[in-house]
Formats: sequence, C-alpha cells, structure tokens
Amino acid sequence: MPIEILMPALSPTMTEGNLAKWLKKEGDEVHSGDVLAEIETDKATMEFEAIDDGRLGRILVPEGAQGVKVNQPIAVLLGEGEDPSALEKGPAAPSKPATNAPPTDEASPTIAVGAASATQLPSARDRGGNGRIFASPLARRMAQQAGLDLGAITGSGPQGRIVKADIEAALSAMRGAPTVAPPRPAIAPQVSPAAPARSPALSKERVLALAGNPPYSERPLSAMRRVIARRVTESKQTIPHFYLTVDCEIDELLKFRAELNAKSEAYRISVNDFVIHATALALRQVPAANASWSDEAILLWDTVDIAVAVALEDGLITPIVKNADRKGLATIANETKDLAARARAGKLKLEEFQGGTFSISNLGMFGIRDFAAVINPPHGGILAVGAGEQRPIVKSGALAIATVMSCTLACDHRVVDGAVGAQFLAAFRKLVEDPLTMLL
Amino acid sequence: MAENTFDLIVMGGGPGGYVAAIRAAQLGMKTALVEREHLGGICLNWGCIPTKALLRSSEIHHLLHRLDDFGFSAKDISYDASKVVARSRAVAKQLSNGVAYLLRKNKVSVFDGHGRLAGKGRLAVATDGNPVAELGAEHIVLATGARARSLPGLEPDGERVWTYKEAMVPKAIPKSLLVVGSGAIGIEFASFYHDMGTEVTVVEVLDRVLPVEDEEISAFARKSFEKQGIKIHTAATVKALEQSGETVTARIEADGELAEATVERVILAVGIVGNVEDIGLENTGVVVDRTHVVVDEWLCTGEPGIYAIGDLVGPPWLAHKASHEGVICVERIAGVNDVHPLDVRNIPACTYCRPQVASVGLTEKAAREAGYDLKIGHFPFIGNGKAIALGEPEGMVKTVFDSKTGELLGAHMVGAEVTELIQGYTIAKTLETTETELIRTIFPHPTLSETMHEAVLDAYGRAIHF
Repeated sequence: MPIEILMPALSPTMTEGNLAKWLKKEGDEVHSGDVLAEIETDKATMEFEAIDDGRLGRILVPEGAQGVKVNQPIAVLLGEGEDPSALEKGPAAPSKPATNAPPTDEASPTIAVGAASATQLPSARDRGGNGRIFASPLARRMAQQAGLDLGAITGSGPQGRIVKADIEAALSAMRGAPTVAPPRPAIAPQVSPAAPARSPALSKERVLALAGNPPYSERPLSAMRRVIARRVTESKQTIPHFYLTVDCEIDELLKFRAELNAKSEAYRISVNDFVIHATALALRQVPAANASWSDEAILLWDTVDIAVAVALEDGLITPIVKNADRKGLATIANETKDLAARARAGKLKLEEFQGGTFSISNLGMFGIRDFAAVINPPHGGILAVGAGEQRPIVKSGALAIATVMSCTLACDHRVVDGAVGAQFLAAFRKLVEDPLTMLL
Repeated sequence: MAENTFDLIVMGGGPGGYVAAIRAAQLGMKTALVEREHLGGICLNWGCIPTKALLRSSEIHHLLHRLDDFGFSAKDISYDASKVVARSRAVAKQLSNGVAYLLRKNKVSVFDGHGRLAGKGRLAVATDGNPVAELGAEHIVLATGARARSLPGLEPDGERVWTYKEAMVPKAIPKSLLVVGSGAIGIEFASFYHDMGTEVTVVEVLDRVLPVEDEEISAFARKSFEKQGIKIHTAATVKALEQSGETVTARIEADGELAEATVERVILAVGIVGNVEDIGLENTGVVVDRTHVVVDEWLCTGEPGIYAIGDLVGPPWLAHKASHEGVICVERIAGVNDVHPLDVRNIPACTYCRPQVASVGLTEKAAREAGYDLKIGHFPFIGNGKAIALGEPEGMVKTVFDSKTGELLGAHMVGAEVTELIQGYTIAKTLETTETELIRTIFPHPTLSETMHEAVLDAYGRAIHF
C-alpha cells in the first residue's frame, strides 16, 4: 500500500512551511533516516527525514512551493515490491483527521465545500490550480531572505503579482519605521503590505469634486493605513457578517479583579484580561466558533489564540495571546501589557501578530456602550467589548442597578451560524458573570 | 461651440504630446492637439530623428575610411554635405507626416497654432496674433517641450555660433569645430562632425565627459574619442567667444590657466530650458521652478485640470520618458486601473556617438551612495566573437547588482549598437529580475548581446569568455 508522506510539523507552533528543496527524485530509493527534503519555516530551514523504507513514487508538492500546510500530503512512498501503478489508485486519506473532520456540533448544518473557488480575495495565489503564487523573482528572493510567507502577501503588480514594493512595505512595516507603523490593524492579522487601490481609483480629484471642493489638508497614506483600508474593505465585501449582542453584569468580576490585584504587585489584571480568558474558555466549550471558512473545508483550530486589538498612533495592530484558554489571568495580564508596549514601539515579531484564531476588540476605555467590529480574515468571529457602566436592570421584577458591559459578537455566517454564535456568547457571559467558574 | 469642446486637449505635438493624445483617443476621450510648428516636435524634426540619420551618414563615412580593414579599396571618396543634410530632413519630414497620419487615424482633432491657457478649462489658439480657435476641455496636458539654453557671453548667432538646430543643417562641413558641453547632444555632434572630417574640440565644465553616465563609461568613452583625435578639455569653461572674419576664437579657462581655440564654428550644447513662457501660466495655480513646470508623480500641476509632461517638467530630457509620462497622465485621468508612476530607474539613456553609449538604472557611485553593497561585473567587447568579426572590438558592459538581493540596480554599456541592446536590461529591470534569471537567459550566439550575459556572469565571479 503506498504510504503518503505528509508535510511535517517541525515545531509545535508550525502551521505551514515552504518546501525549499527535494533531495530525492521520483524513483529514488529511500531508507529510513534519509533526508527527503528541506523544509523552510520563518524560523529556520530544516531537514525532513524519511521514517520508512521504500521508493519515492510521486512528488505531490513541487520544490519551491510556499505555504504548504502541516499534514498536507507532499509525496507518495512506494513500499517493497510495489510498482508505480499502485499510485494510480490515488493517495490514501490523510492520516490526521483533524483538518477534515466535519463539524461535530449538530446545530451547524453541513457546509458544502464548493468546487467553485471563484470569488477570491485578490491574491497572488492561484487557488484554482496548483497553488502557484505569482511574484517577481526579486520579490520572491526578498521574501525568502526575510522569512516572509508569500502566501500571506497581497500583490500590487500586474494581475496581483507580488512585486518588490509589496515586500518592502511589509518589511518596513514590521520594522516599525518612523513614518510607517506595523501594518497589522485589529481588522486584518495577515501580513499585507501597502498596496495601491486596485479597484476604481478614488483619486483626490474625484473626492474633492464630490465634496464640492472645500479647503483641506492632507495626510499621506502610510503603509499601515493602506493595509487597513484594503483588509477591512475585503472583509466587509467578502465575509457575510451578522451580529449578536449580550449584556454582561460584571460586578462579581470587578470584585474578583480587585481582590486578585490586591494580592500582589507582580501583575495588574484588567477587565480585558478577564474577557480574553473567558473568550478562550468559551471557545473551548463551543469549538465550532473557533474555526475558519475555506473553500475546501471548515478548519477547526486546535489551539485558542486570541488576537487582541491595540490602538496605535496611525491605526491598529493585533498582537496574539496564544493558548489563552490555558494561561492564568496574571500571565495573560503580563503578556498583553508586554505585547501592547512592544506593539506601540513597533517591535513585534512576525509570529506575534500574524495569525490567531479569534479576535477581541475593546473600546470600553473610550466610553463606547456597544459596537460591531469587522472580522479579521480568516477568523470566524470577533468580539467587540464596550464599557462597563452602571445601568438600571430588572432583577426579580424590581429595578436594580448593576455594572453592565455590552459585548457584540460579529460572526462569519459561512462558518458560524446564529445558534453557534449564541451558544458561544452564552458560555462567555456565564463565565464573565460568574468569574470563579473560570477556574474549572 | 460644441465642436470645440473636448474631454482632453494636449498642448504640443512632440513625442510626449502626440503619444498622450493617441492614448487618450484609444481610451475613448474626445481629444484635441495643438501644435504651433511641426508635429513630432523637436524629437522628430530637430532632435533625435534627424541626428540619427546624420550619424548614419557619418558612420558610413567612417567605414569608407576603413575599407582596407575589410578587404576593399576605393578612390576619390567624397560626399555632398547638402545631400547628407537633405536625407536627414527627408527622414524628419516622413516621420512628421507619419504622426499626422496617426493622429488622423485615431480621430484626434489637430489645431495648428500657438496655444495659451485662457481661463479654467479653456485654451486659445492663435497664429501670428490672429485667433484660430477657442477650445474647452476638462483636462489640458501641457507638452510644450524645451529649447537650448544659452549662457551669458555664449549666445548663438545662427551663423558661426550654433545651437543644435543650425548644427543639424550645415551648409558645409566646417574644418574645425568647438563643442561646448559634453552631454548627449554635444557628444553626438562632436562624433558626427569628427567622422565627417572636422577637427573637433570639446569643452566640458564638469570633470568628465558624458557626466550623467557611470564614471567608468565616461572614462572609456573619453579615451576612445581622444584616440580618434577629438580634443577634450574637462573642468574647463568657455569664458568668451570672439568672432573675427571667418573664425571664432574661444577663451577657455581650465585649471586656472587660460587657453584659446580658434575654430570655424561653435556648437553650444549646455543644456536645455523648458518652454514655460507665453502659454498662459500666469494667473493659474501652475507652479514653475525656474525653467520647468512642477508636477507630482501623476503629472498633475498646481492647477487642477492642468497637467504637464516631457521636457517641460524636467530631466531626464528623453522622448521615451515624455511618451510614458503622457500615457500615465492620460490613463490616470481616464481612471484606468493599475496605473503606476514612472520608475525613473528603469528609463534607459542612449547616446549615439561612436562608440555608442547606453545605460539604465544607478551608476556604481549612486548605488554606493544609496547604501547598497554591490556586486559589479565587467565584460569587454574584445572578448566577444561578433564584435571582433564585425571589426568593432572597442566597448564594454558593466553591471551593478545589489549583493544582498541580486537586484539589477544598473547596467552601463559602451560600444557598437549598445543603444539597441540596452532594452534587454530595461525589460529585465521592469520584470524585477535577479541575477539568476539573467544568468539562465539564453542569449544567441554569435551576437553582441552575449556581452550582456557575460557582464552578469562576471558580477558573480563566473564569466566564461574573459
């Protein structure tokens, strides 16, 4: 039986990598321990060794392929005595089921994985075909040198080709150049460098004409601003958003917070840190909400990594608290403080703001009662948190006063239906209103 | 009048203007073009084109004096200067007619006369003070080009002290000539007249000839010119020109020393100035910086609805730069997707002297000043089979790469036909090549273009033929 060789996870956090080089050709003998290929991640290039003996029957992913997901079949190994005709039967089902398991929650209907990959986010990746990414030779090399994933970059060249300017913008944004802050708005965690508007050019002239030519001054478009513009537009145009709101009584939480903070100088837990932890725990309880839509399958994420929006001078960025369900409140508090500080200083590393499985945006400090946020592709949802304020409520038929915080969940309806969203929010609210249960 | 209202009017019919007009028409705009003298502008009529025709004649004259190299002999070699000139005029006329045809074909309305802005969205056309037409358009593109600069004390008189115009239609080839300025125009005339038999002296105020080229190219070219017998004085200024009888005496100051040169004719090639005068810019928001119109990357001036392109807006003063600016300007107005501003580092520059010079991108010096670490490649024509077979072994190609990314920052060439070869590098730069793709490109053998391949190989320490 031919054995499928899958893209290995060379580190616990690796989700995808580049197949830099094949060291065996189709037809070559393979012995256990032989180096099959060089796999490149943004951290390092590593050798991938064969586990089994056999002959390399077919290479499924070509040399140079970028963005190969962990567990994606990359080759087929023929066993002893098997001949290439065994390959015609087609590859065996991938051994790790996680990426292909249907949603376990009954409330969500089976989502048809359509063959049509028609309306794509403008991308340099040829999704209809073999995953080719179009980039100029120079852009390719610059990305490789900097460890950037081309698959996550939108190109501004002809037909969405990634060109030097796109790589430069991504790099300068990451470095936090003085005029260009990191291009990671709360709405868009992918690496998306500055790209000029591709649909009908909204020139200054047009805008002035529409506005009736009043006096004005100009602020030039920073790379981050261009990226925010592009990402929120794409998100709103391609993701069917719907919104669910709950009001959470947080008096218990505030009391609990005060008690915890009084115990030590080593941390200072904010309301938002509670929100992050509660969100993560609620996602564990309703895993269907910790998922993303793809045209081939819904991807249910194994980890709960929360992207937290941080306001910057000229925009936003979303540093990620990884495994937010498994971290204590003090850890979360210290991490978010550190991430936010480094975000404002432009010193976040790529993996610290690229990715996440869910987002939170909190405008409570500005006195906002409630709001609806824009989903950061590819997340399935984003929780928008308002200010905790004293409000009149009804308890057992009588007027009372409580500190209430309104939270609005924006869901991607392709992957999170109303019932799932509601279940998540119910779980979230329960944890927030009874914070001791976060310890369970 | 409705028939005089357009979507876009272009003022000036040179390579910037007529290309802009044709592009606008292709994009569906009702377009007019105003030209006061001759379609094709300076380029077709008094610049690029006729000089290349003249240089072809001087190239032939040069070969006629090398016949023995190729196994020929001939007696009584002579030429008729008026026929040499007439040929270049005929070429210019043919092309100018061609532009007229193209404009007709694209249904661009052409107005003969001098155009001047006359209020918002309005343009008045007049000839010798008599009004010809009043035109209106939402968008007006200024493409009035440039003319020769003159310096105080060095004014042309049209008789013995020439600008490029007189130099292009000599009644006779002078026995001796002083060329002031060693940019492309000056050097091309120096080369032409030298090859036609004139004793030529070139004076340049900067420290090298062809000062915008890479230093090694300047040095190579100078050595070649001097070997041919052209006298060159750099870091030298012409202080005064005195005419007496049939000759002109130039007082030249170099290194604090004074010298004199007495010649039959002088060509002044000390730069050009934009034609910003008398086109109605007063009382508009158009900003003029000394001798050129200030524009942004989209060729917009300070006045909404007025744009400017080509020699009028500054260097490089090249026809193809004007044409591309015209296209970018017009496409942006039309709302075409995916328009990008001109990348000046991808504009090639060609000088058609002998040996020819061509370059694109950064010089070595400019690249270092920009902070790049470099890989540099050289390849001499003497290592190229075709060059030797042609009898043109004099030349060199130099490549400048960013050693980190392999980006081709610049390419510099001197030698036979390099003006035809440079496009290979400009195509590569536009496609954002690295050295890898160039090394993998198969250049045909035997051609001069193989020098381009070898110069890339040399930058990476692997030239084969040298």
